[in-house]
Amino acid sequence: MSEYMIIDGIKAEINGEKNILELARKVGIEIPAFCYDPELSIYGACRMCMFEDERGRLEASCSTPPRAGMVIKTNTAKLRKYRKMILELLLANHCRDCTTCHMSGKCRLQEFAYKFNIEGVRFPNNACQLSPDHSSYCILRDPGKCILCGKCVRMCNEIQSVGAIDYAFRGSKMKIATAFDGDIANSPCVGCGQCAAVCPTGAITIRDDADLVWKALGNPEVEVSVQVAPAVRVGLGTEFGFEEGTNVMGKLVTALKEMGFDKVYDTNIGADLTIMEESNELIHRIKKGGKLPMFTSCCPAWIRFAEDKYPDLLDNISTCKSPMQMLAATVKATYKGEKKHVHVAIMPCSAKKDEAKRAKFNGDVDYVLSAQEVVRMIREHGIHFKYLEESLPDVPFKEYTGASVIFGASGGVMEAALRTAVETITGQKLGNVEFSEVRGMQGVKEAEYAVGDLNVKVAVVSGLKNATEICNKVRSGECDYQFIEIMSCPGGCVNGGGQPFVDAFKRSDMDYKGMRASGLYKTDANMSARKSHENSAISALYDNFFGEVGGHKAHELLHTHYEPKNK
Amino acid sequence: MTAFDYTVLDRAIEQFGNKESSLIAILQYAQEHYRYLPKEVFPYLSKKLGISEARIYGVATFYENFSLEQKGKYVIKVCDGTACHVRHSVPILEALRKELGLSEEKKTTDDLMFTVETVACLGACSSAPAITLNNEIYPTMTPEKAVALVKSLKENA
Repeated sequence: MSEYMIIDGIKAEINGEKNILELARKVGIEIPAFCYDPELSIYGACRMCMFEDERGRLEASCSTPPRAGMVIKTNTAKLRKYRKMILELLLANHCRDCTTCHMSGKCRLQEFAYKFNIEGVRFPNNACQLSPDHSSYCILRDPGKCILCGKCVRMCNEIQSVGAIDYAFRGSKMKIATAFDGDIANSPCVGCGQCAAVCPTGAITIRDDADLVWKALGNPEVEVSVQVAPAVRVGLGTEFGFEEGTNVMGKLVTALKEMGFDKVYDTNIGADLTIMEESNELIHRIKKGGKLPMFTSCCPAWIRFAEDKYPDLLDNISTCKSPMQMLAATVKATYKGEKKHVHVAIMPCSAKKDEAKRAKFNGDVDYVLSAQEVVRMIREHGIHFKYLEESLPDVPFKEYTGASVIFGASGGVMEAALRTAVETITGQKLGNVEFSEVRGMQGVKEAEYAVGDLNVKVAVVSGLKNATEICNKVRSGECDYQFIEIMSCPGGCVNGGGQPFVDAFKRSDMDYKGMRASGLYKTDANMSARKSHENSAISALYDNFFGEVGGHKAHELLHTHYEPKNK
Repeated sequence: MTAFDYTVLDRAIEQFGNKESSLIAILQYAQEHYRYLPKEVFPYLSKKLGISEARIYGVATFYENFSLEQKGKYVIKVCDGTACHVRHSVPILEALRKELGLSEEKKTTDDLMFTVETVACLGACSSAPAITLNNEIYPTMTPEKAVALVKSLKENA
């Protein structure tokens, strides 16, 4: 028999909802909350989500499971008064420079202050005097905007198991801090930006380098080229009125040209190059008894993570540079112009900003812009994005295959590598190029394929907590995979920290990651060339420039090595 | 400078168990030995116990009893619980701070001889106002008696 409870007079059937807040949402009642996120553990700190029971007692709906026969109200005079007081106190400790805040219009605190008609704050405010932490290339922390909801801490620890930040001190002195309250750049932070993705205010945002790029664009002495990563094209459309997951690459190319970029290239070429090198490396390792399993190396946050926490597994990571760095190295090495050449990369990622600064990469990428920054630049330039004509990227880095565009989704690199590796090993054309077992938004996916006389066992992991579990298994020898794809952000780059901000409610209501991923898979399905080795531009590159796959020049420009963080 | 002695931490881990829930006990053990929590403790315990340094720092800063700063040879705790407070503990605290050039922020003298801090209740209310010197109770204090105590310690140093 079904069980019910009454919420605001509505009979709500209980079906195993973990708390009253979720149940209320199912019957159309939105209970306000700052610290609640269905993906994270329950913290119960903000007290905005309180309800009133029949006896006038108040409890937090996020931390109370529904019970049959309960009768509660979510909007009473008492609750309104409490919520307004909570908001007033939060605002009193919040640097309210909303007009110059990147989160303006997306900030939960701003939204609630407006919704709950907060007309003034009676307390003095010193929050703007707290100095932001500019130390990281990836994220910017502004403690003056922190409301101590702790979502960043839970994300960093529970989903990413990085543990760069935590709650420190106590009572009114409590704050979110790194160990010894030091700079985030000197912490174990890997720059994934998932903390910024869940921060309801502007307390953690992605570092903004747009000014530096505008400066280069405005300098007639400089040629500026740009590459656009696969996940960006299905991520930023929503900011301009497109449905989630719409591929807007054509319009983005036009917009970038209008903004003054001389050449627009597609990171997909870098991805195809990566597959050529990486599948070759994998086959080599399998056939010649190299170190297995081999991990993918595209994700810079994962690389940082491994260098810090798994120094003993660094030889298992593919020596291939990421698609961004491969393409940048190729673009810089083949540039024949007279002018100074600045190369920009538009990424769904904050950690790419740090990757570009690695000394080994010689500044091949001068600036990395997240999708968020590009959205702001497009707006700043006064472009009506929705009505733009579509255009194609520039030669010689425009022609790509379906294999490369799916890099943006968790499992994409694996699938792309398999398409090429299987055909190379068997020497036969694949009937079906789709490896559906490695698709989807689950954190851990496993598959086994018979390839010729080989049995190839693979795993695809996203989220660093999941990565930790698989790395521990590799360390202890409990698993026998040959190839493991790891992406730091849950779901892969489609959910990267640099993608446009997705509101907490939308995060739980809508499979935005899956929609973006299916946008990429749709693009792949419509391509005639769906395997990296069928890319004629890539063949031409090897014929005319690199020579052999895995050859000397390729090694010099397309491969790298890793170093333990604490030697 | 001599190398940091990690065996203290190893002993603590052995005694209380290599698990997350032993953290507070291990920190207390370490503090008893070093008289504060030196920086070296954090990365070492983080690695051994599998807890992030940030979280250990959070625990260490949450509890008033843990100190991240080196304390003086003589630690004076002035009780400011209700009983001591109404019997004028604040003038004692002020007199001690003045004598030693300390304040609410600066709790330890530069020569690492004296630390002056407050405590919420020593449980010695019948002896109010009370202070402790290295965990030994000095009952019914006055500002003069407190200053005289410090002076005699200085002379014997």
